[in-house]
Amino acid sequence: MTAVLELLGRGVLSVLEGVGRFFTLFGMTLRGLVSPPWAPAATARQVVRVGVDSVPVVLLTAFFTGGVLALQTFKGFQRFHAEGYIGSVVALSMLRELGPVLTGLMVTGRAGSAMAAELGSMRVTEQIDALVSLATDPVQYLFVPRVLAAIIVVPMLVVLADAIGIVGGYLVAVSYLGANPVVYINNTFQFLDMDDLTSGLIKSAVFGFLLALVGCQCGFDTEGGAEGVGRSTTTAVVMGSLSILIADFFLTKVLF
Amino acid sequence: MSSSAAAPAIRLKGISKSFGGKRVLVDLDLEVKKGESLALLGQSGIGKSVLLKHVIGLLKPDAGTVEIGGVDLWAASSRERDALRRKFGMSFQEGALFDSMSVGENIAFPLTRHTRKSKKEIAERVAECLELVRLPGIEDKRPSELSGGMKRRVGFARAIALQPENLLFDEPTTGLDPITTDVVVKVIEEMRTRLKPSAITITHDLKVAFTIADRVGLLSEGRICVDMTPKEFEQSKDPRVAAFVTGNSDLAPPESEPERRAERGRAERAGEAHV
Repeated sequence: MTAVLELLGRGVLSVLEGVGRFFTLFGMTLRGLVSPPWAPAATARQVVRVGVDSVPVVLLTAFFTGGVLALQTFKGFQRFHAEGYIGSVVALSMLRELGPVLTGLMVTGRAGSAMAAELGSMRVTEQIDALVSLATDPVQYLFVPRVLAAIIVVPMLVVLADAIGIVGGYLVAVSYLGANPVVYINNTFQFLDMDDLTSGLIKSAVFGFLLALVGCQCGFDTEGGAEGVGRSTTTAVVMGSLSILIADFFLTKVLF
Repeated sequence: MSSSAAAPAIRLKGISKSFGGKRVLVDLDLEVKKGESLALLGQSGIGKSVLLKHVIGLLKPDAGTVEIGGVDLWAASSRERDALRRKFGMSFQEGALFDSMSVGENIAFPLTRHTRKSKKEIAERVAECLELVRLPGIEDKRPSELSGGMKRRVGFARAIALQPENLLFDEPTTGLDPITTDVVVKVIEEMRTRLKPSAITITHDLKVAFTIADRVGLLSEGRICVDMTPKEFEQSKDPRVAAFVTGNSDLAPPESEPERRAERGRAERAGEAHV
């Protein structure tokens, strides 16, 4: 009986410890984000790695998502003769939901995992200890440029993704489903609001913050050599994606 | 500041540290005077690196205090703590060089972050440090291009860039061939004569310990159980020391001693609860 209770207690404690640790590092990163010195050069390097290098994969994802969205919507809307509204549906879905979320997930897979791997190998080779021994705050030095870069660059990627998604939908609708190009474009922008764009961009900034923080944190807390680095990388992708999807729900609820 | 002038360079009082129920350091005391060099011996996994990491504040003790020049490391603010850390140069087992930077950038790192030196002055200091560790002119190499012995010496160079008062070496010669070991030992000796730092060196190599240390300590059961001069150490009849000097495992205490002691403690407490 005591053994069961002990096990339960230990489980609860370790979960609480994890949550506490997340929010401690969350707070330290926030403090780092608002207090100088910022490292413009390091941030710029991360902007290239998180942003510029992610452009191809984000564009491909968005293009095909826009296309498939047009196909699927056509299939459904045809049943009640509302094919004319495919453009609106594609644009709204891309801007409000799919652009930010899919971009967030793709960047988590590309950059969040890379952050975890990089910081993880720094941890296991004592480079993070070396940083501290050289009187350098590792959160300020390693987390802040990465998180800042992700906050800046994920919304930019999302703007691209939105645009390419709409193009993908247009191409599929016009060339394959026989929609009238002029009507389609009219429909695309007819019901769009500035709010649709900004709510997506606010969400994507939060996603950028989350995926970078989770990636850095998983790497930072790595234990146990090369195997540990592998584990951290996997955890970064899983936890990063989950936190994006969960945050998405609550943000959408708030921003509506 | 006058009080701190008399204080020992490094003082650990009553340090205890456990990891997940395993007690590694138990009520440990240690003092190193200014300019003194201590070699720390002990079996692998006994907690020597853990002890060293407490000295520079990489680990926070569960109990006890760490004082650097009379200032309590963990009572200080994080800014003051960083100021105390700048008095240290630490060399890590495998060098722990930043592999995203060149050798020169590695050594320049503490200089660019903590001093207002110009680029030229920094380059001069980097060259000077590399000279001291007998690796002149390798500024542009990447850490991945270096051998194990070279990595460690570049680590030394980075550690001494700010001319620290205290040096910490974590197994500076482990895994090196005898000739490279000799080079590393000579480099350490030279750093000592030039900088006159207080130093703590973790090593398994008695010859190294006897060459570079004024005092030799043996870590066992979570405490410094033996603390004497190299000469006394060599001639000591203490079974723990004799086991180390002769390399005879039959004489050595069983490895899991502190753990077992903790276990005994738990059993006793459990017994009390039942009564």
